[in-house]
Amino acid sequence: MSQEKAFIKDESLHNARRKFLKQSSALTALALAPPSLIKAADGNLDEKASALFEKQSLKIEVNGIQHELSVEPRVTLLDLLREQLHLTGSKKGCDYGQCGACTVHVNGKRVLSCLSLAIMQDGKKIRTIEGLADGDNLHPMQQAFIKHDGFQCGYCTPGQIMSAIACVNEGHANNEDDIRQNMSGNICRCGAYPNIVDAIMEVKQKGGPL
Amino acid sequence: MINFDYVKPSTQKAAIDALNKDASSQFIAGGTNLVDLMKRGVVSPEKLIDITNLPLKNIEQQKGFIRIGALALNSDVAEHELITKKLPLLSQALKAGASPQLRNMATVGGNMMQRTRCTYFYDLTMPCNKRQPGSGCGAIKGYNRMHAIFGASDKCIAVHPSDMCVALTALDATVVISSSKGDRRIPFADFHRLPGNNPEKDNNLQRGEMITAIEVPDNDVFTKNSLYVKIRDRASYAFALVSVAAALDIKGNTIVNARLAMGGVAHKPWRLTAAENFLKGKTISLENFKQAATIAMKDAKAYEHNNFKLRLAPNTIVETLKKVSGIT
Repeated sequence: MSQEKAFIKDESLHNARRKFLKQSSALTALALAPPSLIKAADGNLDEKASALFEKQSLKIEVNGIQHELSVEPRVTLLDLLREQLHLTGSKKGCDYGQCGACTVHVNGKRVLSCLSLAIMQDGKKIRTIEGLADGDNLHPMQQAFIKHDGFQCGYCTPGQIMSAIACVNEGHANNEDDIRQNMSGNICRCGAYPNIVDAIMEVKQKGGPL
Repeated sequence: MINFDYVKPSTQKAAIDALNKDASSQFIAGGTNLVDLMKRGVVSPEKLIDITNLPLKNIEQQKGFIRIGALALNSDVAEHELITKKLPLLSQALKAGASPQLRNMATVGGNMMQRTRCTYFYDLTMPCNKRQPGSGCGAIKGYNRMHAIFGASDKCIAVHPSDMCVALTALDATVVISSSKGDRRIPFADFHRLPGNNPEKDNNLQRGEMITAIEVPDNDVFTKNSLYVKIRDRASYAFALVSVAAALDIKGNTIVNARLAMGGVAHKPWRLTAAENFLKGKTISLENFKQAATIAMKDAKAYEHNNFKLRLAPNTIVETLKKVSGIT
């Protein structure tokens, strides 16, 4: 589905929801609505109540591109990246902050996008795996992962690479133990750990900004 | 996740007002635990008040203590020069917790407010008095390997999962709490609660209150000989089976004063006051450390699957004391 179509579909759903809220009988609302909505409906505050389902505006920069979006408060940064911006490089592994596959950089710091609410990132700069390569030239960490065979199935790799870059930038890649300790938030079920450590060691030794 | 309303006030007063206005509202900062709980349906606030705009991130030296803003990130506190130099125990404990990504998100106040990781608390199909008061406890006769050996009740045997809080308990920190009525201060050890008959209450923070800072005595005598030891199922990124925070004031071969606290063993960070009193004035020796550990374990009680903690805990106390006092 093209981005444009996705947008239209999304908007029509949104409008339908508003219409439903305005027209629905008290009984239907009672069955479907959260308590505060019911309270608001009691006071004929339908318009105000719909705010609960209303999207809020959000300005973020992702990989150097400015986006003005509207999101429901419950949308995570990971879902925003994958579903709205179609940047599917960041992976949904566990979705509960345990695996690290969703790791991205927010204002230069590595964080878990699955446990970050998109609306809380207003005004921030996001960097994802898609923002690393310069055209056909891969980022040094991407090159090192390929050279050292730092993956097998590849599912955890975007998170591993984003975390690895931060690990070096933080000054936490001084030796093998240091790397293992500071990469422990990224799980690799294929067990590519020794090769991931080699890749990070090489990038660290070469130096230079990442 | 059930949707919710979202506001981001820019002043502390506005944030506290918003909390008071709406009984189903909750503060959010790092969100590392709250978003997780909301996804699983364990909690579902109707409004989230994002407090990350508030100016509560400073870490600063004051007269006799170091003040850490409640919104300071776990990673920033752990790496801050004041903390690594004067409160290395706190830095070690923070680095022993979670992963670098989570430490970049989690705040000091949020770390204190995190809920237990008891699997019965998270599993909506199981009874849990903490999640749903009166529903029973799935853990007492269930799989209770990670659970408490001190201070539990017949309502709840969950443990508090924080490492940072264990260090702050040993360091005699103070919690600064603000509300519309002004500020109040409570000793860190009195912040978290034992489960008793009300395991739904993790701590003594009242509705309408906000943690704004932690004040940690800048006590040089404990800086030199302090250590956090965490025992877990893997080398990193796991909750503690048992952890020990120790700080000793040593003169020659004598322990002038001792500070000891344990994690992974109770519903709150567990201060070992009796063992501390025993060690006061004693010489550094393996025999004294073993006795201190025996004293510390006096009221311990294990359940079916966490019996191993009755040996692991005293052994960890002894090992930590050995390391911190430099005997082999």
